[in-house]
Amino acid sequence: MASLWKDFVRGLWEENPTFRILIGLCPTLAVTTSAINGMSMGLATAFVLICSSALISLLKRLISDKVRIPAYIIVIATFVTIVDLFMNAYLPELHQVLGLFIPLIVVNCIVLGRAEAFASKNTVIASVFDGLGMGLGFTWALTLLGSIREILGAGSVFGYRLLPEGATTFGIMSLPPGGFITLGILIAVMNMIANRQKAS
Amino acid sequence: MNLFVILLSALLVNNFVLVRFLGICPFMGVSKQVDSAIGMGLATTFVMVVASAATWLIQWFLLEPFGLPFLQNMAFILVIASMVQLVEMFLHKTSPGLYRAMGIFLPLITTNCAILGLAIMAVQGNYSFIETVVFALGGGLGFTLALILLAGIREDLEFADIPKPLQGAGIAFIIAGLLSLAFSGFAGLV
Repeated sequence: MASLWKDFVRGLWEENPTFRILIGLCPTLAVTTSAINGMSMGLATAFVLICSSALISLLKRLISDKVRIPAYIIVIATFVTIVDLFMNAYLPELHQVLGLFIPLIVVNCIVLGRAEAFASKNTVIASVFDGLGMGLGFTWALTLLGSIREILGAGSVFGYRLLPEGATTFGIMSLPPGGFITLGILIAVMNMIANRQKAS
Repeated sequence: MNLFVILLSALLVNNFVLVRFLGICPFMGVSKQVDSAIGMGLATTFVMVVASAATWLIQWFLLEPFGLPFLQNMAFILVIASMVQLVEMFLHKTSPGLYRAMGIFLPLITTNCAILGLAIMAVQGNYSFIETVVFALGGGLGFTLALILLAGIREDLEFADIPKPLQGAGIAFIIAGLLSLAFSGFAGLV
């Protein structure tokens, strides 16, 4: 049980994909123009991550070593197609906003990376917990990034106004340059926290 | 004329890395030296052109006529992975020097989301075959340009006095932000 907990929390901070390992960066920057977009993208990726980790872990004895990468990609692409069609049917507005980045979950290095590094070597239960931790770690990072950009760029968070009407906002934060700069500063802040933790 | 607009738009105005956020992982990973940035950029451009031509044929002659567009993700990613493998084998046989120079970058191209993104965008934009190839060329060269720009700046940063937490990825992202700001000046060009 203790080891399952460890598999779960690893993705939240110690090996957080966005801030510590720096993978899966394209959707991180592209969809975080608002908090809700960031969170939806994170949850969609988490779903794909958990399902594909579980299935790959189940199939690990059947997949021969030589063809493992294409086999993993097919498993991942299947779940991505499910998410894509589901969102298109039930959440059309969100699907419109996230657009291209839903099919691009297939090439998100986090998913393939966890399949290769964890799910292909561990039990199904452990892989699910690992996927859950990594998925939620990715989700909180995207939500934080989206919130900061939404507050500075539009003066609101999750659609609720925080700053009074007419307050000066920086439209640039919702545009591509704002994404790069916010992420750069956040990574520096996370490094600072991690260094403090190590020192104490 | 139309082709020129597509090329310029993919190269500068809607630069794949700095404006559309595609291919950020190699953009950050392989931009420490100008030499490797050029190699990676050109290899990616080549795979982009070949893969987008192949996926165009698959989309309009296989998936659409048989009513299978929902298999798009799966079909495209497999085509791209096998294209990368093919390019790797071809280079290994014909020019071992180039193959060694590109070495580890080649297999990494499969997971570059700019390639799958480009293939899907070309289909969504209803581009003709020639337009798709030109679009891929523009996108690839735009990727190479952004990579070389960032690598050139990062080489000079070696000698700069940067606060410790910002070193590495932090400052690279802020520079990318400034580059992106500069590229937004191209908006309205076409």
